Amino acid sequence: MDWHPSSPLVVMQKRAEMLAQIRAFFASCGVLEVDTPVLSVAGATDPHIASFVTEYRPEGGEGRQCFYLHTSPEFPMKRLLAAGVGSIYQVCKVFRNGEQGRWHNPEFTLLEWYRVGFDHHALMDEMDALLAEVAGCGPALRVTYRDVFLQNTGLDPLEADIPEVREKALALGVVASLDSLEGIDRNGWLDLILTHRIVDTLGQNGRPTFVYDYPASQAAMAQVRPGPPAVAERFEVYLGGVELANGFHELRDPKEQRKRLEADREERHRMGLPLIPLDERLLDALSHGLPPCAGVALGIDRLLMAVTGATSIDAVLAFPVGRA
Amino acid sequence: MANFSTNEIKSGFKVMVDGDPCTVLENEYVKPGKGQAFNRIKIRNLKTQRVIERTYKSGDVLDGADVVDMQLQYLYNDGTLWYFMDQESFEQSAADEAALGDSRLWIKEQDTCNVTLYNGIPLAVAPPNQVVLRVADTDPGLRGDTSTGGTKPATLETGAVVRVPLFVNIGELIKVDTRTVEYISRVKE
Repeated sequence: MDWHPSSPLVVMQKRAEMLAQIRAFFASCGVLEVDTPVLSVAGATDPHIASFVTEYRPEGGEGRQCFYLHTSPEFPMKRLLAAGVGSIYQVCKVFRNGEQGRWHNPEFTLLEWYRVGFDHHALMDEMDALLAEVAGCGPALRVTYRDVFLQNTGLDPLEADIPEVREKALALGVVASLDSLEGIDRNGWLDLILTHRIVDTLGQNGRPTFVYDYPASQAAMAQVRPGPPAVAERFEVYLGGVELANGFHELRDPKEQRKRLEADREERHRMGLPLIPLDERLLDALSHGLPPCAGVALGIDRLLMAVTGATSIDAVLAFPVGRA
Repeated sequence: MANFSTNEIKSGFKVMVDGDPCTVLENEYVKPGKGQAFNRIKIRNLKTQRVIERTYKSGDVLDGADVVDMQLQYLYNDGTLWYFMDQESFEQSAADEAALGDSRLWIKEQDTCNVTLYNGIPLAVAPPNQVVLRVADTDPGLRGDTSTGGTKPATLETGAVVRVPLFVNIGELIKVDTRTVEYISRVKE
């Protein structure tokens, strides 16, 4: 049992400085800092994200209620947008069960912000300015998801069918045999190729890479731009081969939103995962009307790793989960 | 044998991959923000010593390999097999040429070696990190030259060839680091 912090004082000072720079950056563009609850009666439905669950017990014991620790502040922030508060940001701890490794800690710090009237390109411009300001990054490179696959592997990730994607993963040596990863879907195979053969090349020499226009099957909460081929107006930010942020030109259609949340639920059911209540308050807010906007979430701990040259997230956290 | 989830596997764990016992060198958790979690595991095949990489779905289970390292005393070689003994239980194990590899160039009877046993059978033998061996053959020594940097090859009694300083003579004992194959010093009898 070691009681000491696992990050040095200079890194704690750098974190404090970075947070001050972030707040100054948003103050200068007139984006409002907000605070939404960590506890929610609804949770993330994404089958690849596991929530921590806890229970509220009123004194006296009656009326116990299940709450999920948020995995991102997205849903309540969108309710604020629908309520007309304008562009907003938040810096908060988020919680993802089971995620631990060199680049993961089950609780970590997110900077999430929404810009009313922006699309994903305008938000990438702002991300570029923020990373220059707080991390000293050079101007970002931008490449579509399709081109980054074509350039690095020759595979067309929008058009190729599952057998072709799997054969490519095999040919690239990403997997030794196809039967070692049974039950992986098309998106899973694309993730494998991306993480094993592409991301290391992204965001080199202090210049971030923004990958944008994802397959429609990986839209998550992004708008889909009709094709052919249709693409999701989503982007990710890579620096030094590491994923730092994920952003969307936000989906506003409440019917489509419900459909995607229900599809997540069905997938969870199929995978034998716990079912999570849909966020009806979010859906009501969307029915009321979400203003056209783009939003993005940036991992502060990983940005701190990039800035300080740390090779493990533990080196930028005072007390990672192993010392919590 | 126990099974291990990819989430608990750490470097040093012994697992079965493709039917061969392997030792884990590295286990990296890979998880896109929006996407499936994988474990990318770097392993050394203990039979071939080749380093390979495998990716599994996070939470998949690997069979543990019945592999243990033991300090055993080398007894003798009968021409085909090398015999080792556990000095506590006096139990003997025989290792074949594949298990010995280059180690046969370093070991002498009564040396204590690290023997890796797989299902009780020697899979690999590592010589002691430092051994003292007699020089069987080398060019004649240059008397008095104990400082200048020149070296020459010397064949040791076990067959190993090491570069030694010019002053080393046939019949002398020298200490050698078996990991780097480097001469350390002369040893007085």
